[in-house]
Amino acid sequence: MKIGIAFRIALRELRGGLRGFWVFLACLALGVGAIAAVGSVRTSIEEGLSQQGAVLLGGDAELDFTYRFADQAERDWMASVSERVSEIVDFRSMAVSGTGQTADRALTQVKAVDDLYPLYGEMRLSPEMPLEQALQGDGSTSGAVMEQVLMDRLGLSVGDIFSLGTKRFVLTAAIAHEPDNASAGFGLGPRTIVASSALEGSGLLSPGSIFETKYRMILPAGADLEQLEAEAESRFQDTGAHWHDRRSGAPGVERFVERIGSFLVLVGLAGLAVGGVGVSAAVRAYLDGKTVVIATLKTLGASGRTIFSIYLLQIGMLAMTGITLGLIFGAAVPVLLSPVIEAALPVEAAIGVHVAPLAEAALYGALTALIFTLWPLAKAEEIRAAALFRDPAGQMHGWPRPFFLAMIVLLTVALVALAAAFSASPRLALWTAGGILAALIVLVIAALGVKYLAARLARAKALRGHTALRLAMGSVGGPSGETTSVVLSLGLGLAVLAAVGQIDANLRSAIERDLPEVAPSYFFVDIQQSQLDGFLDRVTNDPRVSRVDTAPMLRGVLTKINGVSAREVAGDHWVVRGDRGITYSATPPENSTITQGEWWPEDYSGPPLVSVAEEEAMEIGLNMGDILTINVLGRDIDARIANLRIVDFSDASINFVLTLNPSALAGAPHTNIATVYAEEAAEAPLLRDVAGDYPNITAIRVRDAIARVATALDGIAAATSYGAAATLLTGFIVLLGAAAAGEPARIFEAAVLKTVGGTRGKILASFAIRSAILGAAAGLVALLAGVTAGWSIMTFVMEAPYRLEIGSALAIVGGGTFATLVAGLAYAWRPLTARPARVLRGRE
Amino acid sequence: MAEAVLSLEDAQLTLSGNAGAVEILKGISLDVARGETLGLVGPSGSGKSSLLMLMGGLERATGGKVLALGQDLTTMNEDALARFRLSHMGVVFQSFHLIPTMTALENVATPLELSGAKDAFDRAEAELRAIGLGTRLDHYPSQLSGGEQQRVALARAAAPRPEILLADEPTGNLDGATGQVIMDLMFKLRDKYGTTIVMVTHAPELAERCDRIVHLSDGRIDENDLHKAAE
Repeated sequence: MKIGIAFRIALRELRGGLRGFWVFLACLALGVGAIAAVGSVRTSIEEGLSQQGAVLLGGDAELDFTYRFADQAERDWMASVSERVSEIVDFRSMAVSGTGQTADRALTQVKAVDDLYPLYGEMRLSPEMPLEQALQGDGSTSGAVMEQVLMDRLGLSVGDIFSLGTKRFVLTAAIAHEPDNASAGFGLGPRTIVASSALEGSGLLSPGSIFETKYRMILPAGADLEQLEAEAESRFQDTGAHWHDRRSGAPGVERFVERIGSFLVLVGLAGLAVGGVGVSAAVRAYLDGKTVVIATLKTLGASGRTIFSIYLLQIGMLAMTGITLGLIFGAAVPVLLSPVIEAALPVEAAIGVHVAPLAEAALYGALTALIFTLWPLAKAEEIRAAALFRDPAGQMHGWPRPFFLAMIVLLTVALVALAAAFSASPRLALWTAGGILAALIVLVIAALGVKYLAARLARAKALRGHTALRLAMGSVGGPSGETTSVVLSLGLGLAVLAAVGQIDANLRSAIERDLPEVAPSYFFVDIQQSQLDGFLDRVTNDPRVSRVDTAPMLRGVLTKINGVSAREVAGDHWVVRGDRGITYSATPPENSTITQGEWWPEDYSGPPLVSVAEEEAMEIGLNMGDILTINVLGRDIDARIANLRIVDFSDASINFVLTLNPSALAGAPHTNIATVYAEEAAEAPLLRDVAGDYPNITAIRVRDAIARVATALDGIAAATSYGAAATLLTGFIVLLGAAAAGEPARIFEAAVLKTVGGTRGKILASFAIRSAILGAAAGLVALLAGVTAGWSIMTFVMEAPYRLEIGSALAIVGGGTFATLVAGLAYAWRPLTARPARVLRGRE
Repeated sequence: MAEAVLSLEDAQLTLSGNAGAVEILKGISLDVARGETLGLVGPSGSGKSSLLMLMGGLERATGGKVLALGQDLTTMNEDALARFRLSHMGVVFQSFHLIPTMTALENVATPLELSGAKDAFDRAEAELRAIGLGTRLDHYPSQLSGGEQQRVALARAAAPRPEILLADEPTGNLDGATGQVIMDLMFKLRDKYGTTIVMVTHAPELAERCDRIVHLSDGRIDENDLHKAAE
C-alpha cells in the first residue's frame, strides 16, 4: 500500500468539511491551550527571574550567615574575590509607635543596610529621595523607611517617630520599590529599612539574638560562579555560611513558580484527559457514519491497513489543527494578559512567546489524541465489506486487536513518563497520572453500572406506568454510547474540581478554624536569659493565660552525619538545608513519645547526646547511635543519637527536630523562645506589657501569621480553581458534544413517541430525567473520586485530619446534574418541534 | 355509504424547501367509511405517504380540511394531535420505527402506558404472544429480524385497539412470505375489532385484498377513482 493513495483518499474524504468535529477541535485546543498558557506564564516568570538574577539577589553573589557577622577570614576572602562587598543585616523586630498605654506595636522584618546598598537595581521611595538621605534622618534621630502597609497599621506618617527595640527612628519615606524584595522569601512582617550604623545601642543584635547577615558582592567581569561557589563551600561549609548567586536570584519565588506551574500543568493534563473522552467519542461517531464508505472501499480492494492509514491521516490532520489552535491560544493568553500577570508578580516577567512550553503542550496534545483515537481507528480497520449488506451499525463495537491495545498502553506510559520528566515534582506527576487513570477506570465501571442498573430499572414493574421515567431509564440503559461519554467526561472534570474543592476546604479549615483553637496566641522570640524570669512572672500571673511553654533557642547547622557531609547523606532534605532551631533539655519535652532509645539522666554530663524527631530521622535514614555533627556558632558538636521521638508539629507548639543534652551546649550564648496560650481579649494587653518592658523581644501573633498563610493560600486556590474550571469547561464541551451527537436519536424517538400518542411535555420530561440521571451519576462518582483524592492528600501528604466538606460535595453533585440538564435541554428543542412525518419518512 | 371515520375536503400540502415550494397534494377529497380497508396506490412521488401522514395528523395540511372521527385535525396543536392518535389511531411504517433503546415489550407497552393503562405490560405481552413473539419480549429491535420488527410495530399500533390503523407500505421491507404474515395480522384486526385500515402499498396482491383502492398520481386522485366514489 502506498501512503500516497491513503493520503489522497483521506483528503477526498475530508471534502465533507469539519462539521461534527467541533467537539474534537475544541477539546484538543482547550486542553493544549491551557497547558501551553500555564507553561508560557511559568517560562516567562523563570526567564524574568534569570534575567534579573543579580538585581533580585542584590549582587552577583551573596554569602549568608545566621546569628553572626562574618569573621575576618571570611571578609578577607570575599574582598579578594570581589570588587565590592555590601553588608546587610536582616531580623524580625517590633516596631512601636507612641508610648505607654496608647502605643501601637507591629511585627516588622528589619533590613539594616550599609551605604553601598543596593549594589544592583534601584530603591524607590515616596516621597522621592535617595535612600542614603532617607536613612540619615533629621540630624538628631536616625531615619528609617517602611512599607506603606506597616505605616497604616501603626498610624504613622512621614516625619513621625517610632522605635525598634530601645532605639528611636524618624520615618522619612515609604518604600515604593525594593529591588531585592523577592529574594527574601516568606516574611511574617512588612519591611522596615534602617542604616546598620543606627542599630548600635538598640539592644536588638545582642548575642543569642536571631539575625541573619548577608554579604552581597559585585564580582569582576568573567568571574566563574561555579568555581567560586565550590571554593566558598569548601572553605566555609562547616561554619554555616551559605552561597547564593545571580544564577538563582530568588530561589523561593523560583521554587514556588516551578511547583505551582507543575501542579497546574497536571490539572491541565486532567483537562486533556477529559478532552480525550470527547475526542474519542467524536472519532467513534465519525467512523460509525463512515461504515458504509469503509465497507465500499473494502469491496473495491482496500486493505485494513489502507483503511487505518486513511483515517489516521485524517484524524492526524484534524489533531494538528486542534493542537495549532491550542498553541495559538496558549501563546496569546500570557501576552494579552501581561498587564494583569505582571501586576500580580513580585518580579518582572519576560513575557513573550516561548518555544519550550509550547512544544511540551503540543507533545501532550498529540499523544492524547493518539491514545484516545487508536481504539476507534483500530475498529474501523476491521469493518468488513459485508457491512454493506447487513448490520452496518454494529461494526464499531468490541475490542480492538491486542497489538492496538498494547500500543494504547505504551503511549499512555510514554505520556505519563513525559509528564513526570517535565514536572518539577515527578512523584506528584506520577501520583496525579495514577489518579487520573484510576478515576477513568472507576468512571468506566460506573458508566457500565449505571447502564446496567438503568436497563434493569426500565424493566422493573415499579416503574410501569411512569412513562417518562421508564423512557429515560430505557435510554440511559440502552445500547447508545452517550451514557459512557457523559459519565466519563463530566465525571472526570467534576472529580478534579471535587478534589481541589475538598483539599482547599480542608486546608482552609485546618489553618483558619482548627489551628487557632489549639495554637498558642503568641510566639515570643529573642527572650534574653536575664529577661526570662521577669517575662514568666508577667505572663503566668495573668489569669487569662492558660499555658506558657519556654525553651532555650539556638541555631545550628547539621553539617555531617557519621563524618560524611550531611548533604551527601540527606540530599536536599529540609533539615540539612541551612540552619535549624535547636534546643537543649534535661527532661523529655512534654507531649512527646520516645519510640527508640532512652532520654538521658537529668544530671548527664558525658559526651554530647541528641534526640531526633522520628519522622525526619526515617526520611534522612538516621539510626540510633549515629553521630551528628552540629555547628553551633562556629563550634562543631559531635552528638550521638540517644533516642528518637514522635514530634507533632501540627499544633504550632514549641518543637525541635534536634534536642541536645544541656551540657552539650553549655556556655553557648542563646536566647529563649516562649509560647503563650491566652484568651483573645488578653492578647493586646499582654503584648503591650511585654513589649513595653522588653523592647528587644519580638512577638509573633499567631492569628496574624495564620491570616498571612491564608492569604497566600487564596492565591494558590485561585490559580488552581482556574485550572480546574478549564477542565470542567472541557467536560461541558464534551457534554454538549454528546448531547449534539445524541440529537438525531432523540429527534427520531420524539417523532415515534408523538406518533404513538406522546405529548411534548412527557417527551421533555423524559429527556430531562435522563440528563439528570447521567449528571447525578457523574457527580456522585466524581465526588467519590474527589473525596478519595482529598482524603489521600490530607492524610498522607499534609498529615492533617480529613473531614468531608459537605458544601463543596453538594455543589459538585448539584453542578453535575445542572450541567447535564443544560446540555441535554439545549438539544431538546429540535426533537420537540420536528414534525413526526418528516423525521420518520426521512429514515424510510 | 356508512359513516365516514376519515374525511378529507380539498386537502392540500405544499412543502417549502431550498429549491422553492413544492405542491405535494393538490386538493384531495376523500371519505373512508368505518370498518373499510382502503388501499392507496400510485407511482413513487405521487403523494400516497403524504396523504397518509395528513390522515394521521403527522403532517399538517396547508389547505382544506382533514376530519377524523368528526374532528378537524388541521386546527389541533401537536399535543392535541398526539392525544387524538393515542385514543383513536395506530400507525405502521415501512421501516418499522421501533425505539432502539427499548425492548419489544417496552415498545408495545409505551402507547398503553401513555394512555394510563394500569395493565400496560400485561396487555403488551399478550399482544406479542398472540402474534408469536412470546420468546422475543426482552429483545432489542437490533436483535430482531425485519419481519419480527414489523410484527412488534404492528402490535404497538394495535395494542390500544385504535379505531383507525394507518400503514405506510407495511410490507415494503419484507420478503413475500413475511409480508403475507403481516397482512394476515392486519386483516385479522379488521375482522376482529372492525378497525378501519388505510394502507399505502406497491404490492398489487395486497391492494387487491382491500375493499377499495385509490390511485394517486402527481398529488391528485385519479379521475376513475373519483367517478367510482361518486357512484
